[in-house]
Amino acid sequence: MSDAALNPSVESLPATAPFAAQASIAQIFLEFLIIGATSFGGVVPYLRGSLVTKRGWINDKEFVEMLSISQSLPGLNATNMAILVGEKLHGALGSIAAIVGICLPGAVLMYIVGIFYRIHGDHVWITAALKGVAAAAVGLILSTVVSMSKKSLSGKFDFVFIALTVIAVNRLHLGVPRTLVAVGLLAVLFHRPRKQQKESGTP
Amino acid sequence: MNQIPALIRVFAYLSILTVGGGMAAFPELKTLTVEVHKWLTFPQLIHLYSVGQMAPGPNMMMIVAIGQWAGGFLGALVVLLAFFGPTALLAFIVARGWKKLEKWPWRTSIQQGLAPVSIGLLLAGCFTMAKGAISGVETAAIAVGVLLILLQYKINPALLVLGGAVLGVISFMPK
Repeated sequence: MSDAALNPSVESLPATAPFAAQASIAQIFLEFLIIGATSFGGVVPYLRGSLVTKRGWINDKEFVEMLSISQSLPGLNATNMAILVGEKLHGALGSIAAIVGICLPGAVLMYIVGIFYRIHGDHVWITAALKGVAAAAVGLILSTVVSMSKKSLSGKFDFVFIALTVIAVNRLHLGVPRTLVAVGLLAVLFHRPRKQQKESGTP
Repeated sequence: MNQIPALIRVFAYLSILTVGGGMAAFPELKTLTVEVHKWLTFPQLIHLYSVGQMAPGPNMMMIVAIGQWAGGFLGALVVLLAFFGPTALLAFIVARGWKKLEKWPWRTSIQQGLAPVSIGLLLAGCFTMAKGAISGVETAAIAVGVLLILLQYKINPALLVLGGAVLGVISFMPK
């Protein structure tokens, strides 16, 4: 085991110091493994607490920027963040260490849960509990829809694109890929770069 | 029958659809795993997804269970690689090139344009799931309750999903 992983002195660095940001592959793997094992109820706050506050591997500004990149790419925020942060710290190997670390605990857990559910899933207690769990998950997703709408929309007209997307998938059954291309293209063109955007503050 | 090639195809395809989150691919996930390949039933899919919300880490780890059912340990492994590999590669390429795109005006357009579409996909996924998960007054009340609590208070969502399990047992246990 590397003794660098046990050395806590890194934490005493101020979070805004210029980063020599040297983290070993083992340190990256271990940190993301811990995040993967403890991040109940959503990964993002845990990522920030660990990478920005505890380790100081990236600063707050970098974190926000990486998160916005993660959100506009396909893929889950959690795994995209792992790739981006891992790449910054240690290149390709850093990315691999980070994504394997963050996925491993949940994957092992769901592997076991899957086997258990297959054997005991039709037990009355479990069926009853799962009905409640599924209903709660629907509420959870709806709350994500609301908070994402508050944070990332850039105008009232964006609600039209949300509605179009839902109608295309749930009513017209166009499928996710065709909807993504059609409505996505429309929305990107709607938000196309405009000339006067450049220096609108000082005419 | 050997399901490994089909698992790789399906989950690599689903991978690139997860714009804005795993739920965006849910309608397609349902079609392919339940209707086309019959690896599991719709209620089972909903149950696995929901239980997955209580697990730590990235929130689509329930796909491991689907892989395990259809193809054992190897199935679980290829599902993980197929589902996370393509987007990981893309993110890696973008990580290298994004700085160069900083001045490109369309970068902001793409971000602003994809935001409402990804929210729409999330909502569409949610409706698909709700069709199977909301079946009466009790389940509707649990969903609305969780929504309102999360909008009002800062509370760990995993705890509320666990609370849903307790309410489920209270409401649906045969007397």
